[in-house]
Amino acid sequence: MALAIALVVIVVATVVFHFASPWWFTPIASNWGLLDDTILITLAITGAVFVAVNLFIAVAIVRFRHRAGHRAAFEPENRRLEGRLTLLTTAGIVAMLAPGLYVYSQMIAAPADAAQVEVLGQQWQWRFRFAGTDGRLGRTDVRHVSADNPFGLNADDPHGRDDVLVASPELHLPLDRPVTLLLRSHDVLHNFYVPQFRVKMDLVPGLVSRFWLTPTRAGRFEILCAELCGLAHYNMRGHVVVEDEAAFRAWLAAQPTFAAVR
Amino acid sequence: MSDDDLHAGPHGFWTRYVWSQDHKVIAIQYGLTAIAIGLVALVLSNLMRLQLGFPGAFAFIDPASYYQYVTMHGMIMVVYLLTALFLGGFGNYLIPLMVGARDMVFPFLNMLSYWIYLLAVLVLVASFFVPGGPTGAGWTLYPPQAILPGTPGTEWGIVLMLVSLVIFIVAATMGGLNYVTTVLQARTHGMTLLRMPLTVWGIFVASILALFAFPALFVSGVMMLCDKLLGTSFFMPAIVSMGQPLAHAGGSPVLFQHLFWFFGHPEVYIVALPAFGIISDLISTHARKNIFGYRMMVWAIVAIGGLSFVVWAHHMYVSGMNPYFGYFFATTTLIIAVPTAIKVYNWTLTLWRGDIHLTVPMLFAIGFISTFVIGGLTGLFLGNVSVDIPLSDTYFVVAHFHMVMGVSPVLAVFGGLYHWYPKITGRLLDERLGKLHFWVTFLGTYAIYMPMHYLGFLGMPRRYYAYEGYEFIPASAQDLNAFITVAALVVGVVQLVFLFNLAWSLRHGRHAGANPWGATTLEWQTPDTPPRHGNWGAALPEVHRWAYDYSVPGAARDFIPQNVPQEAGVGAEGPAWEGHA
Repeated sequence: MALAIALVVIVVATVVFHFASPWWFTPIASNWGLLDDTILITLAITGAVFVAVNLFIAVAIVRFRHRAGHRAAFEPENRRLEGRLTLLTTAGIVAMLAPGLYVYSQMIAAPADAAQVEVLGQQWQWRFRFAGTDGRLGRTDVRHVSADNPFGLNADDPHGRDDVLVASPELHLPLDRPVTLLLRSHDVLHNFYVPQFRVKMDLVPGLVSRFWLTPTRAGRFEILCAELCGLAHYNMRGHVVVEDEAAFRAWLAAQPTFAAVR
Repeated sequence: MSDDDLHAGPHGFWTRYVWSQDHKVIAIQYGLTAIAIGLVALVLSNLMRLQLGFPGAFAFIDPASYYQYVTMHGMIMVVYLLTALFLGGFGNYLIPLMVGARDMVFPFLNMLSYWIYLLAVLVLVASFFVPGGPTGAGWTLYPPQAILPGTPGTEWGIVLMLVSLVIFIVAATMGGLNYVTTVLQARTHGMTLLRMPLTVWGIFVASILALFAFPALFVSGVMMLCDKLLGTSFFMPAIVSMGQPLAHAGGSPVLFQHLFWFFGHPEVYIVALPAFGIISDLISTHARKNIFGYRMMVWAIVAIGGLSFVVWAHHMYVSGMNPYFGYFFATTTLIIAVPTAIKVYNWTLTLWRGDIHLTVPMLFAIGFISTFVIGGLTGLFLGNVSVDIPLSDTYFVVAHFHMVMGVSPVLAVFGGLYHWYPKITGRLLDERLGKLHFWVTFLGTYAIYMPMHYLGFLGMPRRYYAYEGYEFIPASAQDLNAFITVAALVVGVVQLVFLFNLAWSLRHGRHAGANPWGATTLEWQTPDTPPRHGNWGAALPEVHRWAYDYSVPGAARDFIPQNVPQEAGVGAEGPAWEGHA
């Protein structure tokens, strides 16, 4: 009996906690509002099942707890009931999977006009690189990495000479312009994560990973590492500043090119 | 050797309790070793929580030791405690007794399996005492960081961890072959596969999964050892580490992740399926009602086991793998929710119109359903590729996997121990202490993990030593972390009550008799309690019915053991698919 009460209390406490909790998603700053919607759909469906199952058990305990002379029913199976529950579950799954995959199809298809920015991670700092006036990022290789060439740019590649190198861990992005982030690492796995953007992706040495977004809210947001990358993983800080086009252009113009730092 | 000698068993202390080939003794050895190393994991988790709840208050917890606690806690819980306890402990004790065999089919191999497991545990423990300490790479041991400077324990710790895992897999393979062969070959007369208790089904399929999944971990462990010790490049691309170019080139860190999770996801079900089985039998026995939809339950176990091999990359949605994989793995992952949901429905429908005895094992069984449901439901967020991306690597994941494969399997372990302890020792565990243990553990784990999901929604990343100076995290999150830590400490301490109960009841518990719960399955029908060497005395039991003849209409008692002939169960109408010869 106490268990039935406990289950009801857990359900009520969880629902109250959900609506009273000050801990919730940060206000979104990217175009991925659809993701938030999909999470809410999932939360509604799974929340309903959580409440239903726990309350069902509570009712069963109250109604069918042992009493003298009481005897259980004998019902090995009920194909109709099992079939219906399977169908209902399948419908719930489809209701979550379909929007999930729809959003995903958009997440992995960057628009043709998306700008490209490279994010370079290393224990334990962030660097960023923009294509220069030629609009193309220069080739890189780990073999070229040195103290004065932290990006490992190939000095023989003309496309690299005008690349804009951001040595500080602060990235600026223009508001409302789609951008693809190309992620590279020279040492270990990292993960580029800005909570307000919602999207995140690992940086993997040996390959270039990517994701895209459109920043939709001006402001200064924190960049975190979300893949355990060693002792200072929790302290691999950076910032991304989302600002209007003019401010962004001014900031970018103030950053040195590869040719200038060589 | 005459038949009598065989059943009398060995006489000396050493052959009886140490170098024993009796599955029951080996089960207890496995169980006690697993619980002992599990206590280490419990202490480590509380140390972690101290740092998170009261950052900086404990000077000895620096980032290196914090990450070592994280790593060792995870690996111990998943592999050395839960896998070993469910298969080596419950599997060893219950399979021969439940299928009516005298022992495992390969008793010597069984003994070897335990001692090799113990060796694996000792190598693991040794890593706490080597220069640099144990590895702090996280239990996933992702390269390159697992073997590069910047991560704790990259000199000795990671080597010992990998060696220990390889040794463990040798032990698990010996055990697994034994369990599978015993179920297939040593069932007593009348024990058809579809008359086996679901506990045996769960452990049987989990053992098959282990035999197929652990080799992936084995090869990845061997390859990483080669990368570390011989300078090969299986998982190592060209790297500049701490300013130094390394000799590695051409390897793939993502390949390791594929291998790891090809093992790692079935591993979830290696732990979950035995728990499913145990819970099914506990619910049925203590609700005095047949398990609802037995055949569906069996097929669900088989389907989940099969599907568990094609969902692994849902752990890798943000790993940089080909993004098109996401469609496939999200779909397979959400499909697996259907047979899993069926299991939950059938447990709750077994309670419905039952005669529910709220014994301590039953409390834990119902607690399992509740915690498993929340853990399973949050899995639908993380399995659904796009929804996973904001939540991946946050505290939502921590809350999810602790509910689904930490708390709920551990509740199943406890339920199972309270249930079978009387068979193992002849005495019942103390009920009042058991209830105290249940209530604090059950409510405490909700207090720990329910709010933790919301820290994940907020975006707090996991595996952080400290969260100072992050503006997006409100100060109140620290208060919540302190609350969670207090709850975790309380839950940690109450486990001592359980340990005390285990020891105290051995001598002072109420005498249980042969079948204290009125259960139908064969282990409760042994001629002796605890069962002697050879289990069944002169003659093996003969099975005449399924494992769930509870409250059969017309029968005198509310249960009919499996070895009672059909005609004796007056008016019995078994399930429709059972022949009534």
